[in-house]
Amino acid sequence: MRLKEIIRLLDAVVITNSRDSEAEIEWACATDLMSDVLYYSRGNSVLITGLAKQQAIRTSDIADIKVVVFTRGKEPDRQTIELSQKKKITLLITPYSMFTACGKLYEEGLRCCPE
Amino acid sequence: MKIDKTYEGSFHIVGGDFSRAGEASTELKTIMLSVGIEDEVVRRVAIATFEAEMNIIIYTPAGILRYSISPGEIRIIAEDMGPGIEDIELAMQKGYSTAPDWVREMGWGAGMGLPNMKKNADIFRIDSVVGEGTTVEMIIKP
Amino acid sequence: MKLKEIAEILSLKPLTPAEGPDLEREVSGAYVGDLLSDVMANSEDGNIWITLQTHVNIVAVATLKNLSAIVIVNGRMPESDTLDRAVSEDIPILLTGKSAFETAGKLYRILNARNLQG
Repeated sequence: MRLKEIIRLLDAVVITNSRDSEAEIEWACATDLMSDVLYYSRGNSVLITGLAKQQAIRTSDIADIKVVVFTRGKEPDRQTIELSQKKKITLLITPYSMFTACGKLYEEGLRCCPE
Repeated sequence: MKIDKTYEGSFHIVGGDFSRAGEASTELKTIMLSVGIEDEVVRRVAIATFEAEMNIIIYTPAGILRYSISPGEIRIIAEDMGPGIEDIELAMQKGYSTAPDWVREMGWGAGMGLPNMKKNADIFRIDSVVGEGTTVEMIIKP
Repeated sequence: MKLKEIAEILSLKPLTPAEGPDLEREVSGAYVGDLLSDVMANSEDGNIWITLQTHVNIVAVATLKNLSAIVIVNGRMPESDTLDRAVSEDIPILLTGKSAFETAGKLYRILNARNLQG
């Protein structure tokens, strides 16, 4: 699914982005637990999370996750935004809950990466 | 791997310091990329190291992360001065955790750390003495 | 919509015993997430809760918020004290081998068709 589709479907606000909006994102991962991001995710994924903190960006950087979406309109602090910029991670905020965000993306064909 | 020599170093990790959590692993990742290690290998080492770093921060007062990048393999040794692990087999189970509640609220402590380390390493060794500390050794071969 | 129906459609495996918490209860909507403080703040009465957390605390949260059930994902078996507490607090716990994303995705479709929200 293209990044611009993800942004559109989630009615997302773009906080940081250095990526082409036509970029293809292959997988989705939805969790608040960072170790599980590391265990279950693959590169070229979008992480949907309610953990709107620096930790989510650091973990995503380690796991090669390119796009992070914070749910429920949670706004990240200054440090989190700066870290996203530094790590070239696209950071989005969606007003939707994790349930709705997953639902909308799944409906349009995005899938979770296999273990 | 196309590298021709060995790169070694270490990081001191301060327990309880969540503000810097992940810094050592991120720096190691940068080092690996700069010497030309392939992306997939970098990812595995980075994940395994990150989990080791988080374990030191969450459970211990302090520890050291040592790395050695050589043409045939990448070796990571995480040594801490923590309380040690009483039942290693139990600790290796996915989902088993002794983390306090406040750690769970930070997105950690769900019991995937050691399984994650083992998953990403080709060779995984763990040694622990209750009251003294834990040493984990991981070897990743490209 | 009844929990039992959702369980059948999504092939969720009940971990609490059949003579324990019943699956006939109504589901009002769904909540997905693993941070207990978030669940406390944002979940609603009767919600089915999809999570990776297996710790015994999840039962206390489900009880306090009167959630209809907890669905644990990725085949992660909860500790026995979690299941014991679930039985005593009358909270059904079900298991799926699928991810939270996929489970939520499918449930969204099902609940939307019945006009329920998350």
